[in-house]
Parts: sequence; C-alpha cells; structure tokens
Amino acid sequence: MTINQILIVVAAALFWGFVMRERGRLHFILIASIIVIFWLQSALPLRGFDFWLPVATLVITIFSWYITAALEARHSRKNWSTLALIITIVLLLNLTRFLPFDPALTASRPPQTEILLLILALSGLFLFLTKKLTRFHTALLAIAIISLILIFLAIKVPAFAYWVSYGIRLLTSQSLEQAKITDLRWLGFSYVAFRIIHTLRDRQMGRLPDVDLAEYMTYVIFFPAFTAGPIDRIERFMKDLRQPATALGNDELLVAGQRFILGLFKKFVIADALALIALNDVNALQVRTAGWTWILLYAYAFQIYFDFSGYTDIAIGTSRLLGIKLPENFSTPYLKPNLTQFWNNWHITLTQWFRAYFFNPTTRWLRSWKNPLPMPLMILVTQVATMVLIGFWHGVTWNFTLWGLWHGLGLFIHNRWNEFTRARATAWATTPIRQNVLAISGVLITFHFVALGWIFFALSSTSTSLHVFLKLFSIK
Amino acid sequence: MKNEIKPINILVKGLSLFILINILFAVWQPKIGQFSAYNAIFPGRERLPFGENSAQAYNLSLFDLDAMFASHVINDDQKQDDEFRVILIGDSSVWGTLLKPEETLAGQLNSADMSACGKNVHVYNLGYPTISLTKDVLMLSYGMKYEPDLVIWLTTLEAFPMEKQLASPIVANNQETLNSLRSRYGLVFDPNDPAFVKQSSWIIVNRRAFADIIRLQIYGVMWAATGIDQIYPVNYEPAQINLEDNEKFHEAKPPMLDTKSLAINALETGIRVAVDTPVMIVNEPMLISNGENSDIRYNFFYPRWAYDQYRDMMAELSQKNDWNYVDLWDAVPANEFTNSAIHLTPTGEGLLAEKLAPVIMATCK
Repeated sequence: MTINQILIVVAAALFWGFVMRERGRLHFILIASIIVIFWLQSALPLRGFDFWLPVATLVITIFSWYITAALEARHSRKNWSTLALIITIVLLLNLTRFLPFDPALTASRPPQTEILLLILALSGLFLFLTKKLTRFHTALLAIAIISLILIFLAIKVPAFAYWVSYGIRLLTSQSLEQAKITDLRWLGFSYVAFRIIHTLRDRQMGRLPDVDLAEYMTYVIFFPAFTAGPIDRIERFMKDLRQPATALGNDELLVAGQRFILGLFKKFVIADALALIALNDVNALQVRTAGWTWILLYAYAFQIYFDFSGYTDIAIGTSRLLGIKLPENFSTPYLKPNLTQFWNNWHITLTQWFRAYFFNPTTRWLRSWKNPLPMPLMILVTQVATMVLIGFWHGVTWNFTLWGLWHGLGLFIHNRWNEFTRARATAWATTPIRQNVLAISGVLITFHFVALGWIFFALSSTSTSLHVFLKLFSIK
Repeated sequence: MKNEIKPINILVKGLSLFILINILFAVWQPKIGQFSAYNAIFPGRERLPFGENSAQAYNLSLFDLDAMFASHVINDDQKQDDEFRVILIGDSSVWGTLLKPEETLAGQLNSADMSACGKNVHVYNLGYPTISLTKDVLMLSYGMKYEPDLVIWLTTLEAFPMEKQLASPIVANNQETLNSLRSRYGLVFDPNDPAFVKQSSWIIVNRRAFADIIRLQIYGVMWAATGIDQIYPVNYEPAQINLEDNEKFHEAKPPMLDTKSLAINALETGIRVAVDTPVMIVNEPMLISNGENSDIRYNFFYPRWAYDQYRDMMAELSQKNDWNYVDLWDAVPANEFTNSAIHLTPTGEGLLAEKLAPVIMATCK
C-alpha cells in the first residue's frame, strides 16, 4: 500500500468515526472493504484479472459463509439483502468501465459486464447446487479447505503459477510467451485463505459462532487488515463488531492516532530507509567484505521487522477508529532470549493459527498412535513440519523451505538444549549479573540465529544464500 | 480531576511546532548539506554523486552542492604540504560513464604515481554528467575551495551553445551560486530564464531535497560495501558510427559558426574563477567516425565544418588570451569509445592519461 492509499483509508475510517459513528458501522465497513479490495489490487498482465481476482475473493468468501452458516440462517431476508448489496457494488464498479475517464477504483478498465453477469449467474447456480448437497455438508467443508489449499499452491508454487498463467492466456487468447509466475499477484489471498480455513475448520469442530453474511464478509475482507493482517479470530472479531458503536472519544482517537503515526514512521521512515541497504539478490553478490555483509543482513532483519510491524500498527490504529481492536502481531521479538519466545512474539496471529490448526492437531494425532514416537522425535517432526509450512505460506520455493527447516531445527535444538541446561542455568545464575549475562547472551544468540535465517528469506536462490553464508564468515 | 489529553490540542501543538521549525529554518537557513557521513563513517566518493537509478547504482542525482562535495573524497582531509592537487572539471566523459572509479581519467592518472613541483600529484574527479560550460564553471567555483594547484578543464564544442548553458538540472537548481558568479566574475546569463527552478527556504518546499541528502548518506553504506556508484550494464548501445546526412549544429548551418551563439564568456569566467591557479583547457577526445556520411559529420554531435571552426576558434582564443590549451580531439581511436562519441573505454582513458601526464608533471604553480 502506498502512503496515499493508507491516508485515504484512514480518512474513510475517520469520516465514519466522526460523522456516522453510531449507525451503520457493519455496512460501512463492508462497503468500504469491498471497494478497497478492488482498489488496492495492482494491475496484472493478464487482461481483466485485476477485476476478476477481487471478484473471486468475494465469491469464495460468500460460498464459504454459505457452507459454514446454519441451514436455517442461510436464506434469511437480511442475508439476501447483503448479497444484493455486494452484487450491486460489484456491478457499479464494473460499470465504471463506461466512464469517459480512467477508472479510479480499479487498476485498469473493468472487463465486459456480460462476462461479470455470466460469472455471477454461474456462482448463483453453484450455490444452488450446494444447497441441494446439504447431506454432504461435512464433505463440502473438507472440499472447500482442500480447494483453498490448491488455489494457494497454484499461485505460490512457481511452476504451478506459470502453468496457471499459461492456461489462462491460452483460454483468453493472450500471448503465451509472456506467461510469468508473477502474473497472478492476488492481493490479500494468503490472509483471506487463512481466515476462511479457520472458519471452515471451526465449523467442522462445531466451534464457529453464528454469523450472518455481512458479518462474515466483514471479518474476512476487513479493509484495515486485508493486505497484511493481523489474522484475527472470528469469535473475537464478532465481539467487537457486535458491540454498540459509540461516538469517537478522545481516548480512542489518541490511542488510534498514536498507533497509526507510529506505524507510518516505522514503515515509511525506518523500513523504507533500511530497504535501500538491506540484503537482496543483487547486492549479495556485490558486497566486498564480511563486515559489510553483516551490516546488509542486519539492515534486512530490521527492515522486515519495521515494515511488517509498521503495517500492523497502521491496521490496528485504523481499525481502532472503527471500534475494532485487532490483535497484536509483534511484541519486541528481537529482544526475546530464545527462539521459542521469538516465535511467540513474531507474526503472532500467524503462529497462533498454525499452532491451532496444524501443530496441536498433529501432536495430538502423533500421540494417539498405538506406538507413539519418542518425545524428542515427535517434537522434531511437529516443529519442523510447522515451520516448513509457515515457510510455504510465504512461497513454495527451496529458499522458503530452507528457512522453515532452519527455524524448525532451531526450535527443536532450543527445546532439547533448554531441557538439558535448565537446571544447570538456574543453579549458575544466582546473582543479578549472571542472570543478565544469560538474558543478554540469549537475546544476542537468538537475534543472530533469526538474522541468519533471513538470508534464505531475503534471497531467491540457494546458491546465493550459500555464497552469503560463506561471505559472512570470511570463507569466501 | 482527570487530566484528559485532547487530540485536537496535540494536533494544534504539532502544527504550531511544525510552523515554528519552518520559520526558524527559513530565517537561519542552515547548510545541512555540509554535514555528511562520508569521509567520517564511510569513505568519500571518488566522483560527485550522480545516478538515474539509485536503487541499482547506489547513487543519486541531487542539486545541493554542499552535500555533493561533502560526499566527495576531496572533502576528506586538509591538503598536505607534499600534495600537488589537481582537479578535473568536465562532463560525463570525465565523470566516467560506464567506468569504474579506478578506470576513469582521474583514477588512471592517480595510478601513474606522478610528481610535480617536487610534490605528489593527486588527481580529483570533479567531472559531472551533462554538457554545459556554465555547469563546469559552477563546479569549478566550488572546487576552488579545495585549493587545487592545477585545474584541468576538459571540454568539447557541445558544451558551448548558449541554449545548453542552463539546460543542466544542477545549473537550473543553483541560481543563487550563479548570481554570485555573475556579480563577482561577470558570468553572463539571463537571471529570468524560465529554466531556473525557484529556490525556497521553507522545509516543506525543500522536502525532496532533504530526502535526497538523507538518501545520499544512506547509500554511503552501499558505496562502502560494494565500491559501486553507477550501473554497469553487460550490453549497451554503442556510439553511432553511421550518421545522418545533416550539416546542422544545433541551429547553426554552414559556412560560419556564429561565435555569438557560443558561451565563450563562460570559458573566460572559469579562468577568472581560478584566479592564479593554472588552468589547462583540454579539447577532449571524440569519436571520429568512418561510417556512413562521415565525410559530412565526425560523429553524432558534430558536423565537420562546425567542429573544424571550433578548433580554430579555440586555438585562436588560447593564443590571444595566453591560455594553456591542449587539443586532444583525435587522441583516441574510434574503437575505444563506448556508448557515446565522448565516452571512453578504460583503454581510451589510459591513452588520454598518457597524453596528459607529462603536461601535468611539467606544471608548476
């Protein structure tokens, strides 16, 4: 998001906060969110896809709500009205193609209205068929989760992304030679997918609260958190959304404003300045000495932190203006004395998601075996698998896999080391100085372990990553 | 009683503080460009900052002369007693487009380990891309602060046309310095020329300039880490060999080059700016094409008639004014030019350095 886009989003939130505060919050957020997902989607080389991908986001979300909602709630008048509202907004956005000037709310001129109507009709038909398959409800939930994962893989695995782009180009008579893995940059899909999977899984477990279509849509595409999280939990989000809105008071404005300004400063002053010198594929091969390679790596480590936590602050500050208290995503992660604590404080909502929907179920499943694995092996398997999956969430490449392995093994080693040294460390650290020595050395070691892991994250090839590793230790 | 903080008060206080700082800044006008991380935290740059793609070149174009020179290695230390300081003034051929710092003319002259007047010769590259004599005078006037023992001013006919003088952005953004050159040394230009960018003392107006100064400091990390200060493309479009059948030089047509359309005054001003420091004016080497229409034109820049008259004019002016003038127009063969008729390969720069080295060593203040 550019600073102008952020300021417009905040202006919209302030407008509601001051002018309309006590009425229409749900619909204001819903309408703003729908417009924002079209508006923020960047232009794509595939003709019309900067319009079709937001439409797909909406269709997937509506379908997910439909199969997670209670049968009796699905066809209420309120939900039909919401559906009509969503379709009207999408149609209006599409009709901007007939305006005599360049459209302001979509990256390019929206595609033909006939095709949109056809897609909407097919989506309606699909929902109708789903209604007929009520008795396969459990299977539908599983199919929806698998479908989301498949879409995720289709845009995140470079080879798949290429062939998907190739296929789309073939079907739409666009240049096949131009097919690239970056053709399908689907804004916010990673976050949307994780929010939806959370609701589908909770529905399977019978834990999902009853929400209507407008509430569900608002949760999934909530505009302050659409592009960079945090990944809230629906039951917590609903608690805030359903609370009666009150006039925007000084305290709220102050908290929201402080958070927002802090986020802007982190992102646009610190992170963007560090980005000029942060490690990347080009400078990794140009840097001449080990010392400077460390500097570029440190710059990357702080750049990614300030960038991401800055965006989170902006999202939290903006949503506070709307009366929604989004969860924290970062809590001084680089000051944590061990890797386990680092991961409890870095991208908190993502790690909580993986803990809830992968780590804990996998651990339970492994424990349920007739002959369970030895505990250390079980910890190794679950931690490595979880971290590799978190790596895949960022992109299915060798480097993200290695980054996941690095952290998975790091967590396992820390777990074993902690088990081995806990008693000795307690016995040794009897004075405040010794305790400080332990704490500070823990912070330094953890930070450097994380920073070295960023090499895989920042660079796109394993050979360049290896080159940097060797350079850092003056081996090359 | 609850001590409530009101956001509107914060907004008013913040705005007031911002206005106050702006006023103080406008009144005080601190030269923030003089504060530099170069030559302190990072090594000074071998040439003045210039770059069109800063993310790849780790360099950028800015118009604050203080900041530009503060980032240069010439700003590092006080001149030593045993140093014979030479500054090179000129265009992109001196700055060294497509050349690494050590491959430029300054780099190659320094590697020759010369001495003059019993002192060690140290050559500083103060060349700056864009071709304009007025731009050269601007750089020279700033470079004189560093007490050179010799000024080598490489130039070419393309730097002379009047319409080129203020076309360089660095000139257009430094009207105040030009005004001072006009009043002190008689530099001729139109102060109301629309090319000039209006200067302002307000922070809010100068925010881009301040951001550029900060970015220049940050890129010091990359300069120190990589030694790279421009993009070195693997492939580039070579200088044009086959030329158009066109005898025009800017608006001039044969048979006579109108000297009134040339900024000879800028050249004279430059000599005055140097005061009693010797100035060597060098007619820089250019590509002499043997391709299509090379009987009409020497290269992309020059029709033969205009360039021949320019050389005669320079020889005549030098003789008349007793200038130290060296004509090296054909000193480098055509195959030693890169992407322009004035940009040299490292070998070409080496050939030029070989020609200049004896002249430098023979110079004594």
